[in-house]
Amino acid sequence: MGGWFVQPHFMSPRLRRQLWIAALLAPALLLLVGFVTLPILSAFVYAFYQWQGLARIGFAGFENFRLILFQEPFSTLTWNAFFHNVVVFVALMVVQNGTAFFLAWMLSKGLRLHRFHQVSLFLPVILSTVIIGFLWKLFLNPLFGLVNQGLIAVGLASWAQPWLGQPSTALASLILVNAWHWVGFPTLVYLAGIQRIPREILEAAEIDGASEWRRITRIVWPLVAPATTIVVILTFIGSFNWFELPYIMSGLEGPPFHTTDVLGLYFYRTAFGTVSSALQDFGRGSALAVLIFLFILAVSAWWVRLLRRREVEF
Amino acid sequence: MKNLLSRLGAAAILAAGLGQQAIAADLTFWSWRQEDRAAYQEIIADFSKLHPDVKIKFEAFEPTSYNTILSTALAGGKGPDIMQTRAYGGIEAIAKPGYLLALDKTMVPELENIPADALAAETMREDGKVYAVPFATQTVLILYNKDLFKTHGVQVPETWDDLIGAAKALKAKGVQPFANGTATAWQNEILMGAIAPSIYGLQFNADLVAGKATFEDKRFVDAMAKLAELKDHFPTGFTGVDYPTMQQLFISGRAAMIAAGSFEIANFRRQNPKLDIGVMASPPAAKGQPRLVSLFVDGGYGINAKTEHKADAIKFIRYTATPRFGDLFANKLGNISPIKGVKIEDGLLAEVAKLNAQSAPYVMLVNFRYQEPTGSALIQTNVQKMMAGQATPAQVGADVTKGIATYYKPFQK
Repeated sequence: MGGWFVQPHFMSPRLRRQLWIAALLAPALLLLVGFVTLPILSAFVYAFYQWQGLARIGFAGFENFRLILFQEPFSTLTWNAFFHNVVVFVALMVVQNGTAFFLAWMLSKGLRLHRFHQVSLFLPVILSTVIIGFLWKLFLNPLFGLVNQGLIAVGLASWAQPWLGQPSTALASLILVNAWHWVGFPTLVYLAGIQRIPREILEAAEIDGASEWRRITRIVWPLVAPATTIVVILTFIGSFNWFELPYIMSGLEGPPFHTTDVLGLYFYRTAFGTVSSALQDFGRGSALAVLIFLFILAVSAWWVRLLRRREVEF
Repeated sequence: MKNLLSRLGAAAILAAGLGQQAIAADLTFWSWRQEDRAAYQEIIADFSKLHPDVKIKFEAFEPTSYNTILSTALAGGKGPDIMQTRAYGGIEAIAKPGYLLALDKTMVPELENIPADALAAETMREDGKVYAVPFATQTVLILYNKDLFKTHGVQVPETWDDLIGAAKALKAKGVQPFANGTATAWQNEILMGAIAPSIYGLQFNADLVAGKATFEDKRFVDAMAKLAELKDHFPTGFTGVDYPTMQQLFISGRAAMIAAGSFEIANFRRQNPKLDIGVMASPPAAKGQPRLVSLFVDGGYGINAKTEHKADAIKFIRYTATPRFGDLFANKLGNISPIKGVKIEDGLLAEVAKLNAQSAPYVMLVNFRYQEPTGSALIQTNVQKMMAGQATPAQVGADVTKGIATYYKPFQK
C-alpha cells in the first residue's frame, strides 16, 4: 500500500502535514487567484488607461474617474444609478427582510403545516434569476400578462398598469419580484437565529406577562443580532451588485428613461457597450467597477464591525 | 549519415509546407447570424465553384456578445481570417486599433460595384480608407397589414392627417392601429427613424450634418411633435410594451401597422406565412412633399490584418462585392444588397428597395454613434420620455443637442 509514498526521513510530521494542507488548498487558491484576484487587480490597472475597443492607447491617470463622477452627462447617470441602488437596498431591507423576520417568527411557533410553508417559501430561492425574471416579465406584460388580466377579470380594469413601463411602478415592481424570489433565504437565516434562542428565556418572559410584541422587540430582535448582521450585509452586497433581474426584466438601459438604472447595468453598458446605442469603453467601465468594489468593500467592513457590536453571547 | 539527415530535413520542410497549405485552404469566417448558417453554406459553395482551392469555415456567434467575442479575439492577436463587421462607429472600434486590413480598389476592384454612401458606412473617418465590403442595407419604415386595411376600407395614407385618420378609423373598427411600444430602448430610435424624416425633410438632415443646425431646430422639434401624436394610437399601456410583444401584435394581425426595420420582414413572414405585408414611407405633413424612409448599412465583411492567408481572404472579399454574390445574398437571405445591378426576386423586398430611392440616413447611427454619449442613446431615452408624456418635443431636441455638444463642436454655443 502506497509504495511510492515513502515518507522522507528528513521531513517532520508537522512539515508533512503543512505540505499536505497546502497541496489541498492549492487548486482552490489557484482558481481564486486566477479568476477573482487577478481580474480585480487588472480592473484597477485598466481604470487608469484610455481605451479604444480592447486596445490600450495611453495612460489616463484619474481621467476615467473624473468623467464618471464629475463630467456631464456621465455623472448624472452615475449618481442616478447609485441612488437607485440605495433605494433598492432600503426597500429590500424593509419589504424583503422585514417580511422574512415576520415569517420566521410565525414559522418558529411550529403551527400546523409550518413545514409545508417553510418549503414553499424557500422554493423560489432555488430557481434561477433568469427563470424568475422571464416569468414575472410575462406576468407583468401590460396586454397579455397575468396580473393585468387578473385585475380586469375581477373588475379592477382601472388598476391595470404598464407595470414595467412607467417610472412610478417600474423600480418598485423589480424590487417586489426580487423580494418574492429571495424572501425565503433571510427567513431561513432568521428562523435559525430564533430557534437558537433558549426556550426558557421566552417562556420566562411569557410567564412574566410580556406581550408578544414586547417579547419580539425586547428578546427576539436583540438575540437574533448575528442573523441580522448576515442578512444586512448580504442584502447590501446584493443590492449594489444588482444586475440580472433588472437586465432580464427591463434591459441594459434601465428603462423607462433610466428610472430602473442601477450601477450594475450602467457598468455593463459602459464597459461592453450595447448593440444599438452604447460604445465599448473599458476605461470608464473599469473605473466604475473599481468604485463599486471599493464602496461595497468599505461599507461592508465598517458595517460588519458596527453590527458585530450588537451581538451578544448567550 | 549526412545524406540521411539532409533528406530528413528536406522531408520535414516538405511536410511543414504541406501542413501550411492544408491550413491555408481553411479560412475561418465569423458571423453574428446563426439563423443564416444554411444560406451562408450555399453562398460558400457557390464561391468554391470559382475558387475550388479556398475552403471557408463559417462560424456564427450570439449577436449581442459578438462584438465582445470578436474584439477579444482580435486584441489577443487571433480571430478569424474574414469576419462580419458592424458599420459606422462599430467598424471604427475595430479598424482604429489596426485589427482590419484596409481595402482599396487595386486590391478589391469590385468596390466599384458599391455606391459611395454604402462604402462610407465601412470607412474610417480619420484616414478615409474602406475596411469592409458592406453586405446589406436596412430600411426603417412603416409596415402595414394589407388585409386589415382592405377589410376595414382604409386607404394607404398620403399625408400625416390621412395617417391619423386611418388610425382613428381602424380603432373605431376595433383594430389596434399601431403595434409599437416604447419599453425596449432601441425601438424608440426606430420610431424616430420611421416617422421623423418625412416631416423634417432632407434639407434639415443636410444642415445637421454640415453643422448648420442642431436638434433644437424647429424642423426637428416639429417632427418630434408629430411623432408624439402617434401615442394615442399605440396599444394600451404601450410604455410597458416591449419588442417581442409589439412584434407579436403585428404578426398575429391584432395591429394594422408597425414602425419597424425592414429586417423584420423575413422574420414576420416566417412566423405567420399568411400575413400580407405592405410597406410605406411615413407620410409628410402636406401632399407633394417627399416621403422618406431611413436607410442604414447593416454591416460588412472585413479581413483580419493579421491573417496568414491574405491572398485567399481577398479572393473571398472580392467575391462578396460582385453582383453574383449580391443576387444570392438578397434572394437567399431576404435582405437588400447595396451592390449595383442586383436583382431582387421577392416583390415586397423589391418594393422596399424602391422606397430606398427616397431616403434619409438613419441619422443617429450614421452620424452620431461614434462617441459617448451617442446620439442613439440620447434619442432613445428622450423619445421614450416624450411618448410617456414626461418631456416636450422641444425638451427632446434640447437634451439630445446638449448631450452631443459635449464632444461635437458645431453644437457648442
